[in-house]
Amino acid sequence: MTVLTKPWIWSCVAAAVAYALILGLTSGRGAGELAYAALSFGAFAAIVGLGQMLVITLGPGNVDLSVPATMTLAATLALKAMGTDPGTAMLGLVIALFVGFGVGIANYALIYFLRLPPIIATLAASLVYQSLAIWSNRGLRIKPPSGLADFATGRFLGLPNVAWVGLFLAIVVWVVLERSVWGRWLLATGQNMRAARLAGVPVELVRALTYISVAVFSALTGYLLASFSGGAALNMGAEYLLMSIAVVVVGGSSIAGGNSNVPGVWGAALFMFLVVSMLNSYGAGAGVRNVLTGTIIIGIVIAASTRRVRA
Amino acid sequence: MTDHKSAPVVTLLDAAKHFGPVRALDGVSLAVKPGDCIGLVGHNGAGKSTLVNLINGGLSPSSGEIRFSDGTAALEAGVRSVFQELSLCPNLTVAENLRISHKALKGPGWRRPARVEILQSLDRIFPAHGIDPNAEVDTLSIAERQMVEIAIGFAPRGTAARLVILDEPTSSLDAGIADQLLAHIKRFCADGGAVVFISHMMGEVFEVANRIIVLKDGRIVAERATADFTRQGLVDAMGHVTAETADAEGIRQDLGPEIVRTDQGLSARKGEIVGLSGLAGHGQAAALARLYLSRSSSWRYGRTPDVAFVAGDRPRDGVLPLWSILRNISISALRQGARRGLVDRHAEADVAAQWKDRIGIRTDDVRNQILSLSGGNQQKVLFARALASPASVVIMDDPMRGVDVGTKQDVYAMIRAEAARGRTFLWYSTETEEVCQCDRVFVFRNHEISAELTGADITEENILAASFELQEAS
Repeated sequence: MTVLTKPWIWSCVAAAVAYALILGLTSGRGAGELAYAALSFGAFAAIVGLGQMLVITLGPGNVDLSVPATMTLAATLALKAMGTDPGTAMLGLVIALFVGFGVGIANYALIYFLRLPPIIATLAASLVYQSLAIWSNRGLRIKPPSGLADFATGRFLGLPNVAWVGLFLAIVVWVVLERSVWGRWLLATGQNMRAARLAGVPVELVRALTYISVAVFSALTGYLLASFSGGAALNMGAEYLLMSIAVVVVGGSSIAGGNSNVPGVWGAALFMFLVVSMLNSYGAGAGVRNVLTGTIIIGIVIAASTRRVRA
Repeated sequence: MTDHKSAPVVTLLDAAKHFGPVRALDGVSLAVKPGDCIGLVGHNGAGKSTLVNLINGGLSPSSGEIRFSDGTAALEAGVRSVFQELSLCPNLTVAENLRISHKALKGPGWRRPARVEILQSLDRIFPAHGIDPNAEVDTLSIAERQMVEIAIGFAPRGTAARLVILDEPTSSLDAGIADQLLAHIKRFCADGGAVVFISHMMGEVFEVANRIIVLKDGRIVAERATADFTRQGLVDAMGHVTAETADAEGIRQDLGPEIVRTDQGLSARKGEIVGLSGLAGHGQAAALARLYLSRSSSWRYGRTPDVAFVAGDRPRDGVLPLWSILRNISISALRQGARRGLVDRHAEADVAAQWKDRIGIRTDDVRNQILSLSGGNQQKVLFARALASPASVVIMDDPMRGVDVGTKQDVYAMIRAEAARGRTFLWYSTETEEVCQCDRVFVFRNHEISAELTGADITEENILAASFELQEAS
């Protein structure tokens, strides 16, 4: 069992290659700044990606498409409650997490009681969340309290604070999946829900907690991103719909469920940011950038799946 | 050359198959002639399935040679196989499933000849089978599916079947249907067909085979005419010492209070082994699944589960395919020894190692993937999962499918020992011999309990009578 057989290594290698290509173009200038930016922006993708990974682990058909709307709603309500007043950062955090908790319960209620496929349930519900966000502050941009903004853009031991948050959460998720009873139950449910149920796993409780987790992770990301970028915007979550799924897949987790991969999510989050930077520094326009990003994701998914078939 | 009629359908010369370091088959020479009915026996993991896959062309040998009389491919030579793992497409009808292996059926209106052909084959093997060729396969019971699969194996399909390999064909059939199949095999061989018959049920092998081959660890250890074997001799040749079953145990009187009772009338007392019997597909499995689901929850969990389940339909109800043997064993017992929600991995490894030895799972390392095991060994893992959990009631849904004779004896003993320690077992089986080991038996007919037998009343005759009574009256 060498390190090369671990599926997460590939996203990390890809991130390193993209990093090297950019530095080759700038002949080494700005290496530190580039790494810092990748860790800052990658942290947001990594946190939503960790949540999405838990849901995708539940098995085929399980995915949360309400991630962008949850981020927007949590950020909007939190910033509105804080109203740029100093010393309210904790209040805002609690509100954001509470919104995430409520969204998770609502999503799962739709899936469980109405027996809707998760894709439809979360997509439809996200329209409601987005409308609530619009209705609650009518598009006004409220600045975060300055202390919170300083935290979100600040650094500790040379690394961005948001990256520390992302790393901490990654370790928590890793411990839960690899070492805890609950993680075993989640992985068992994702492989074969009926067999897991007959082995004594409380599968519906596992599913409910997983949908709540992804919503809480999204809400936290929304809160941090709004603080980082100086206020909540209605389209702030838009790019995280594809991003949250892409980092899971590129990171080496199985789309068929029952198998997940925490370090790969971080590697893939850095890679996704660096690809965009690379195309920017090579002077590609927005259209070319999107086409190439899509092509790269498809290529990696194909490469990963053929490798697994041969193994 | 030799006369076409008597030339072997297939000849294996020192054929071997290795999967990495595993020697699944280690040099086997064998000729199957028309009219042969070969009984193939051996323990789980002895190489039976590998041998079958070499003959039918599913695998190619690592070394050695396989020759067919007509043409070079198994299909052209008229070699067919019927597997114990059901391989029909559940979303297609019975007739459409025939088409999958019958390339000559094409053009508009191909369903009509398909229906006629499958119906003829079913009628020939299983008179009065009652299967509609237009029925979708997933509406059929597991026994009916097995019947359809056997009928497809024997159907002409454009050419003619010359060698049919049957891998555990009767394990999900009840006694009456199994007898029809055995009678058909005898007719088929008398007409110049050849059959390779794999079964763990010794009585059937002795009844139908004219030659018996014993496989052990990938080699043929004995090959003789059936008349030259005795039952004990055959079991000894397989290399497993089985203790004579202690029939004269008498009825145990020291049973505890009643701890299971369902609306249907199913009941069990503490420490009792309760059997469920009757014809396959008459509601026994559904009753057990309902009982399990009603005594456990999708939402709540406790430190000690109340019930444990041993699945018979392994891919659907039991095996967690991405995991190791270790994790498959421990999943039901994780809450024991867990501290602050974290798994105690030392205790987990100890439990798995202990059960590997106790129940004899054939693997070097319990950290190997569960799918690296043969079917019977996967079944042992599911047994270990249920017995390793502290549940006081163990529900078993036909758990002995594909398990070899020696292991069955070990598991019977283990069940008796656990019952003596106060565990309750509910045990559905298609094999009357197993049901007769129980303290009390409920016979099912049309999804209802038609009889409750205890002690000396538990006999094959009584069970059969209770299974059929109503059908004669209606």
